[in-house]
Amino acid sequence: MSAIDGVFAQLRREGQKTIVPFLVAGDPDLEFTAELMRRLPEVGIRLCEIGIPYSDPIADGPVIQAAYTRTLERGITVRAILEAIRPVAEQTPITPITMVSYAIVYRHGLQQYVQEAKRAGVAGLIVPDLPLEESPPLAQLCQQEQISLIQLITPTTPKERAKRIADQTTGFIYYVSVVGITGERNQLPPELVDNVAWLREQTNLPICIGFGISQPEHVRMLAPVADGLIVGSALVRRIAEAKDQPRPKAIQTALEFLRQLTAALKPNK
Amino acid sequence: MSVRLRDVPDKRGRFGPFGGRFVPETLIHALEELTEAYEAAVQDPSFQAELEGLLRQYVGRPSPLYFAERLSRRCGGAQIWLKREDLNHTGAHKINNTLGQALLTVRMGKRRVIAETGAGQHGVATATACARFGLECVVYMGEEDMRRQRPNVLNMQLLGAEVRPVRSGARTLRDAINEALRDWMTSCPTTHYCLGSVVGPHPFPKMVRDFQSVIGRETRAQCLELFGRLPDLIVACVGGGSNSAGMFYPFIEDQQVALVGVEAGGRSYRPGDHAATLCFGRPGILHGAFSYVLQDDDGQTLPVHSVSAGLDYPGTGPEHSYWKEIGRVRYTAVSDQEALEAFQTLARDEGILPALESAHALAEAMRLAAQRPSEQIIVVCLSGRGDKDAAEVARLLRLEIP
Repeated sequence: MSAIDGVFAQLRREGQKTIVPFLVAGDPDLEFTAELMRRLPEVGIRLCEIGIPYSDPIADGPVIQAAYTRTLERGITVRAILEAIRPVAEQTPITPITMVSYAIVYRHGLQQYVQEAKRAGVAGLIVPDLPLEESPPLAQLCQQEQISLIQLITPTTPKERAKRIADQTTGFIYYVSVVGITGERNQLPPELVDNVAWLREQTNLPICIGFGISQPEHVRMLAPVADGLIVGSALVRRIAEAKDQPRPKAIQTALEFLRQLTAALKPNK
Repeated sequence: MSVRLRDVPDKRGRFGPFGGRFVPETLIHALEELTEAYEAAVQDPSFQAELEGLLRQYVGRPSPLYFAERLSRRCGGAQIWLKREDLNHTGAHKINNTLGQALLTVRMGKRRVIAETGAGQHGVATATACARFGLECVVYMGEEDMRRQRPNVLNMQLLGAEVRPVRSGARTLRDAINEALRDWMTSCPTTHYCLGSVVGPHPFPKMVRDFQSVIGRETRAQCLELFGRLPDLIVACVGGGSNSAGMFYPFIEDQQVALVGVEAGGRSYRPGDHAATLCFGRPGILHGAFSYVLQDDDGQTLPVHSVSAGLDYPGTGPEHSYWKEIGRVRYTAVSDQEALEAFQTLARDEGILPALESAHALAEAMRLAAQRPSEQIIVVCLSGRGDKDAAEVARLLRLEIP
């Protein structure tokens, strides 16, 4: 059990779905990331995915790659990121999840990374380059510390394998909408809703869909079958474009975009 | 009972602790498919016969084992013999692997092939194999490498491949692999990723080693025929490590044969000035495998440097990491300057322009030959020819080109 389970239990009791924003930690700086996290409850958001910048992110498209690169060039570290997250997790209802490469987790030491994340109030880890077969050592440590290890299922995952992943994952299932890398799409695959509906029948775990989601129409299409919709590149791009605006205005721009997407979660609107 | 040295990797692609599969879920099914297709092909005599025929008639194998007499005399010690992979079609060992993978691509019913390239040798070899089998071919290459290996860019284009410049990072091999993997994240249902070295997720380190092992098998047979015994020492360069893995693997259980892998020592041994991963790195994750890497304390990949585009890589094959850990292979590094000197020495003593990658192995072999008696036999894997490097070497030596 982690705080993520509590968030989804409450959402389900209320018959609600959620947008899960993805922020690149430290883009444009850690004060901005922490401030935006603090303000997320204003638009009804409690879960937030924090991308730990990595030098070789092969699952990421140009927008997130560029954000990682400029953030690393300023010398950001995992320790600084976790220190910035910690007060937000302590003082607000925000439940942070880190998206982090296994290269980084391994270098820190599995136990040390999990314990430091736990101390910072991180409730779950998404480790995109750690497939099911390689995950047992980290999964065991996460279980001990009551942190969720969120696994991904993709359109290329065979059904039998998808069931095994669903059995092993905790917190929620991250369903990847497309065969591809992160980045905004105009169109999502037509079979996506059916694929998630199939997965829905295999598990009681919450399902969040990510990759490509960038428009209210996407949210309207997917909200009926999912518990959460993860929005990354579309948000990261808006934050990057607003970097020269005064800080409060840039925060407002990001929140306004999330407000539009959140509004599209409700049926008949 | 310990595992025999030949009997790696295991089913999960582990060489001792090294290897495995650390890639996004999207690629797992494609890797499973490839593993199955490869295992089936290995068991299929018609596949083996077709590959052998191609290696003989198209590549020109077996490649000679040549006694570098004048070079040996200069060193004043052991005999230096060169395994002439530079004489292969396309001028390097890379074609041994790309033909195997092209045959597999056809078997899997895929029509499009992507590849990364550093020095351009793997790119040319992939473009060649794709032309030969009528496959669409896209090669990712860092912009810096396109500059310093220009002849190979033109060759790839003439062979019908599309060369896509990579502008991220240091614009070298590591960045090209990132871009190729990103392409594969989108295209894996219809596209084969023809990875050029013994790196990446399982089954690539095993499969590429197996395709390249023709180098070591031939060398073994040639030594037995010429000398009635195995060589005393074998030297090969190591970037990702495909020519060295192919050379070493057939000798790995012959404990009397010393094996030396030579990495790129670059300008200095400070971080960022070399690409000597096994000498100065530590185990970690990069490009889908657990192996030695050059990383900072936060897990970020460090910049690397080498005069040789093919060795300019912050990782290495997991089997090399295994051989290092168990002490079967000794790994060392040779500087840019020493490699450039070896390049010129071989050119003038033997009339052979070696690839700058291979010149690293030569430099170490010359050093070792001088310390050993004349009855000893040293084999150097001359993994590629140096035409591609001529302009860059001229620039570095400030030679006037009329």
